Amino acid sequence: MLEIKNLDVHFGVIHALKDISLTVEQGEIVTLIGANGAGKTTALRTISGLKKPTRGSIIFEGRDITSISPQDRVKMGICQVPEGRRVFSTMTVLENLELGAYLRKDKAQINKDLNMIYERFPILEKRKKQAAGTLSGGEQQMLAMGRALMSSPRMLFLDEPSMGLAPLFVKEIFDIIKSINQTGTTILLVEQNASMALQIANRAYVMETGSIVLTGTGNELMQSDEIRKAYLGG
Amino acid sequence: MENFLQQVINGISLGSIYALIALGYTMVYGIIKLINFAHCDVYMLGAYIGYFCMTSLKLGFFPSMVIAMLVCTVIGVLIEKIAYKPLRNATRIAVLITAIGVSLFIEYGTMFFVKANVRAYPEMTGFLAKSFAVGGLKITAQQILIVISTIILMAMLQFIVKKTKVGKAMRAVSLDKDAAELMGINVNSTISFTFAIGSALAGAAGVLVGIYYNSIDPLMGVIPGLKAFVAAVFGGIGIIPGAMIGGYFIGTVEVFVSGYGNSLYKDAVVFAILILILIVKPAGLLGKNTKEKV
Repeated sequence: MLEIKNLDVHFGVIHALKDISLTVEQGEIVTLIGANGAGKTTALRTISGLKKPTRGSIIFEGRDITSISPQDRVKMGICQVPEGRRVFSTMTVLENLELGAYLRKDKAQINKDLNMIYERFPILEKRKKQAAGTLSGGEQQMLAMGRALMSSPRMLFLDEPSMGLAPLFVKEIFDIIKSINQTGTTILLVEQNASMALQIANRAYVMETGSIVLTGTGNELMQSDEIRKAYLGG
Repeated sequence: MENFLQQVINGISLGSIYALIALGYTMVYGIIKLINFAHCDVYMLGAYIGYFCMTSLKLGFFPSMVIAMLVCTVIGVLIEKIAYKPLRNATRIAVLITAIGVSLFIEYGTMFFVKANVRAYPEMTGFLAKSFAVGGLKITAQQILIVISTIILMAMLQFIVKKTKVGKAMRAVSLDKDAAELMGINVNSTISFTFAIGSALAGAAGVLVGIYYNSIDPLMGVIPGLKAFVAAVFGGIGIIPGAMIGGYFIGTVEVFVSGYGNSLYKDAVVFAILILILIVKPAGLLGKNTKEKV
């Protein structure tokens, strides 16, 4: 579904991504794990179109999307939940969700999707008139995910969805990710919480200082000594 | 008491014009964090376009104002596309200096075409030339027109910003450009739209000021522009209702200083307010003190 070939990204003289290649198949949950500053967020921003690569290509469903605008990528069915949630804080929960469907014109289906999101996240319906900035961190994460789902994506990128959340919420967020995947959305998940991510992922890539150093199924990596030492606390 | 109420009426009329200009400053600041110094010149151009519509084309007040608003919309969008868009990733100071350059370019470019002399706006006739005595107060039809036009324009603006899709996109872009882009919002066209609306309001203000003060010249935008900027800062720059409140406040203060004190001090008082607000509450009346994010 998504194929990234030999991607290089620079910030000025800093070589942030070095020859990254990865693939995500339809229906999978693939996770990208690694320490802070390894380049995970940069990888997602490049796939979403916020950052231009210096070399390499991004192929989505057989089409080269390397140089198209972020808007066109959203139209094709790619949506990203950015790191730190980034909800529109002074706008209401409902307005945030509506903005997720910004490029869609099918009013009836948008309403259906809105109801579906309220079913999945009942708290959002309860708070729909409230400013998004007044929600708790976990609720904001749900809103950010709901907002992205409103674009009716076939592929969802999640950047550190567990960041800054209470342990109880972390578990809930990962359950939600799994259930989103079960309804047919392919997921690329970037996480620092490697153990949680590996538990739900079909496959995983490990990044270190801008390169992919290891890849395998979630289970394989959980068993790997190297990973256990570096990311899972022994 | 009568004098007091009379000053209030005059203050509201003048304040309406400042509010209309201040909205353009505040909206552009809200979305690209730029003090668009060229904004006051769009207002001046609005006054001239209205003038030529009324004199050369012999149009009435309303068609002239609509044409001035439309032409100013185009001018505002062109300024953004030509001068500011190429600098989207430049430092803020570079864009600010560019804005000053654009402002001077328009002022002296206009002077080249229309000469530097002051022109008298065409006399209003019919209803617009009337004035009414209510109690001991004198209210002119022009004042009523200014206030009503401003209220209608502000109501339209509120509707666009709050209810329409493009208005929601504007708010989203001003809150978080990257997140807006990830939702599929075209940031560049949203910025253009913001310039379009702000410039249309400035164009309307230009025509209104023309009929109110009767005289226009190529540098007429400078002082009202600075005062509208003070109004925007007073209300909290980037906040739309703040610009409205600020506009009316600055207009009223100015009229009162002229009416009760010394009209020579009216400009000084406005800028003293700017200094005060920057010392006491830099975020403005409706602004929240935000911490700089790292």
